[in-house]
Amino acid sequence: MAEAVAPPGRRVLAWAQEYGVYAAVGVLLLFNVLFTPHFLDVANFRTQLVQVAPIVIVSLGMALVIGTQGIDLSVGSVMSLAAALVALYLGYGAWPALLVALAGGAVAGTAGGALVAYVGVQPIVATLALLVGVRGLANVLVPQLVEFRNPDLIALGSASLSGVPVIVVIAAVLTLLMAFLVRRTTFGRQVVAIGGNRAASELSGLPVRRVLLLVYVISGVLAALAGVLATARLQASDPTSLGLFIELSAITAVVVGGTPLSGGRIRVLSTVMGALLMQLLSATLIKHNLPQSWTQIVQAVIILAAVYATRERGTR
Amino acid sequence: MSQSAAPVLEARQISKRFPGVVALDGVSLALLPGEVHALVGENGAGKSTLIKVFTGVHRPDGGELIYNGSPTAFGTPLDAQRAGISTIYQEVNLVPMMSVARNLMLGREPRGRLGVIDTARMYGEAERILAGYGVVTDVRRPLRTLGMGVQQMVALARAVAIDARVVIMDEPTSSLEPREVETLFSVIRKLKDDGIAVVYVSHRLDELYEVCDRVTVLRDGRVAHTGPLAELERLKLIALMLGRDLDEVRTGGLTRFSRDRRQARDRDGAQPAVRAEGLTRRQVLRGVDVSVWPGEVVGLGGLLGAGRSETAKGIVGALPLDAGRVVVAGRPLRTGSTTAAIRAGVSLLPEDRKAEGIIPALSVRENIALAALPSLSRAGVVSDAKIDKIVDVFMRRLRIKAASPDQPVQELSGGNQQKVLLARWLAIRPKILLLDEPTRGIDVGAKAEVQALVDELAEEGLGVLLISSDLEELVEGADRILVLREGEVVGELSGDDVTEDKIMASIAERGAESDG
Ligand SMILES: Nc1ncnc2c1ncn2[C@@H]1O[C@H](COP(=O)(O)OP(=O)(O)OP(=O)(O)O)[C@@H](O)[C@H]1O
Ligand SMILES: [Mg+2]
Repeated sequence: MAEAVAPPGRRVLAWAQEYGVYAAVGVLLLFNVLFTPHFLDVANFRTQLVQVAPIVIVSLGMALVIGTQGIDLSVGSVMSLAAALVALYLGYGAWPALLVALAGGAVAGTAGGALVAYVGVQPIVATLALLVGVRGLANVLVPQLVEFRNPDLIALGSASLSGVPVIVVIAAVLTLLMAFLVRRTTFGRQVVAIGGNRAASELSGLPVRRVLLLVYVISGVLAALAGVLATARLQASDPTSLGLFIELSAITAVVVGGTPLSGGRIRVLSTVMGALLMQLLSATLIKHNLPQSWTQIVQAVIILAAVYATRERGTR
Repeated sequence: MSQSAAPVLEARQISKRFPGVVALDGVSLALLPGEVHALVGENGAGKSTLIKVFTGVHRPDGGELIYNGSPTAFGTPLDAQRAGISTIYQEVNLVPMMSVARNLMLGREPRGRLGVIDTARMYGEAERILAGYGVVTDVRRPLRTLGMGVQQMVALARAVAIDARVVIMDEPTSSLEPREVETLFSVIRKLKDDGIAVVYVSHRLDELYEVCDRVTVLRDGRVAHTGPLAELERLKLIALMLGRDLDEVRTGGLTRFSRDRRQARDRDGAQPAVRAEGLTRRQVLRGVDVSVWPGEVVGLGGLLGAGRSETAKGIVGALPLDAGRVVVAGRPLRTGSTTAAIRAGVSLLPEDRKAEGIIPALSVRENIALAALPSLSRAGVVSDAKIDKIVDVFMRRLRIKAASPDQPVQELSGGNQQKVLLARWLAIRPKILLLDEPTRGIDVGAKAEVQALVDELAEEGLGVLLISSDLEELVEGADRILVLREGEVVGELSGDDVTEDKIMASIAERGAESDG
């Protein structure tokens, strides 16, 4: 214990904290290029990205919420609500149905946000209530799987823009928007400040409650959009199982991306990388015929590693 | 103290680097049993860092520590504490959500049968211990509901209760009243008699001369001087700290509040900048009336728990009120909303900079710009150019010492964090500024600058409400003083009546009556 200095170790940790996700994604890609047959096929790439896009969209909202020291467990249920609403209103056309679904997400977000910001309920409790309640509502609205043939909606799920699936384009654009929101706008700075020290933010005159409410609304709308996109791809509305456990994937993406659960810091691009890493990981293990349980164990190891790296930075 | 005794704790050529700064550069210091050793220096000189090296918070990059004659390296602060080094850190670090009693007794709670904590006994014992320090409070309350001063006393009581050979105090008096300071000093003298070595860090020079035997002056991470304190002239000490010539200090002077005290002005027709009427909150405030006219500095006097900080918080809407209203320039303010208060031009520099002031992980830059963001952005998008400009102005003006504006504010020294907070408030150009302990932890040079700045702003028409546990600062800075006691205004002093004696008398007089 008497050794004088150990900065190399610390520097590695600091580096891992900043760029660990990028490095891990890089290593995994390299591994696949070398050892996985057909990995470089365009079709395979597309599948991976299309699968991960809804998770990415949900994770963006989750990162914002976690940045305020909160958590949003209701995202999966909001996705199912969006699926139900889309199915119900598809008669008016794809776009009106989409808008209604997003509005549904906004209402759910407002409910959660109001509970957290104005009533003072703990985020985990408030959104847990919504997790249960909103999926119940979605199941009441649309009790069984409903298939549909609306061409616009189907196109949303399967069309491509110069070779890139629309879903992927949307996720990419939203990522850039979110990065801009967090880095360049007053709102983004306020979110981070509130997560860093709420009492100080209040005394500095930040509209703390309004910002918190808005954060949950954004998360709700993003989840609803993810729900619509996933539904469009399925070509069927399935409120019973759509989005189940996606909150866990989203939280994992955020944590693996290096955003601390203690709030005060939001890493948007790294969150996306976190989602990609988990996706790539399970794809790799499946391609190499490892059983599902192995995937879960490896994922657990990665989560622990990420949490270890983002642990409050030691001062020594 | 016996000069011949071997040092109990000794630092030899200690170095400590942080990214971008050398915090300690070959610092040596020997601490003798039974001495009170003053450790002084400008903000960011390395005092707290040296202490954290002593207590195992930081690991030095070079040099060695000798404790009880053998080389030591404490792995954690707990190791240091177990070995007999007890510390009161600059930023009170107790557990805010736990009760006062729990904080005080943490780790040595009285236990009953089956090892369960005997809460009744714990509360009784905690009450008794605190009463010994002149603190009477409900020990069941969470610590964070108490003022900084009381929290500091709890930290002190806790540190001393641990059987220690070395007690280190990093700015223990920054939130204490003269009366509590006296209590602290008697505790220190007793420690000294017991042969315990005390390290004492403070920016209040009077205190140093009162209790310390020897002094070590740090400047930019190096030892600038070590020796007996009594024979060191005060100005010489300041010169050593600032690294200036003695003559320069003598003539250039340390401008403090320099303005002549304004006599109660002709106020016919004019409106107060802010008028608070009947501020009431159960058990804390009992109908406090305060008015501040533009260009006036109003001081709030009183003991700990008299309701001074609460009055300030009530005015900006940070403390829910049961009754009362606040009128700013003739317009009533929406109650309970700091946002509304700040928009109307009223802002508060809070006393607890760690819990209510800094956003620790954000950079110096972001912390300064925080409150002014709306005016530093267009259509919700922040303008980096505008922020850089303001940040640059204030970092220079207040001489904020940081590796760069992008350094996280938690890495700054305590005094520099305080300057960052001042900058945050000055950046929004308020009309009324409520300052709760504005110079807490700020070094002599910067203190004078801050006071001069307050003066200058008052000349320009800013109304200031000044709360300070430093009576001298209050007397020199304020045009008028309201004395609070138990949540009530019990006296008002203005003009030539503003003196330390009269304030003390005003507090005491009423005290005698109600203690009656
Ligand atoms: N954890 C840290 N990371 C980076 N720099 C640090 C850290 N802690 C301290 N420093 C730097 O080391 C220098 C010395 O800081 P220190 O806190 O020891 O000053 P100080 O003498 O206690 O000042 P003050 O009177 O303001 O409390 C400062 O420049 C500070 O910014
Ligand atoms: Mg310090």
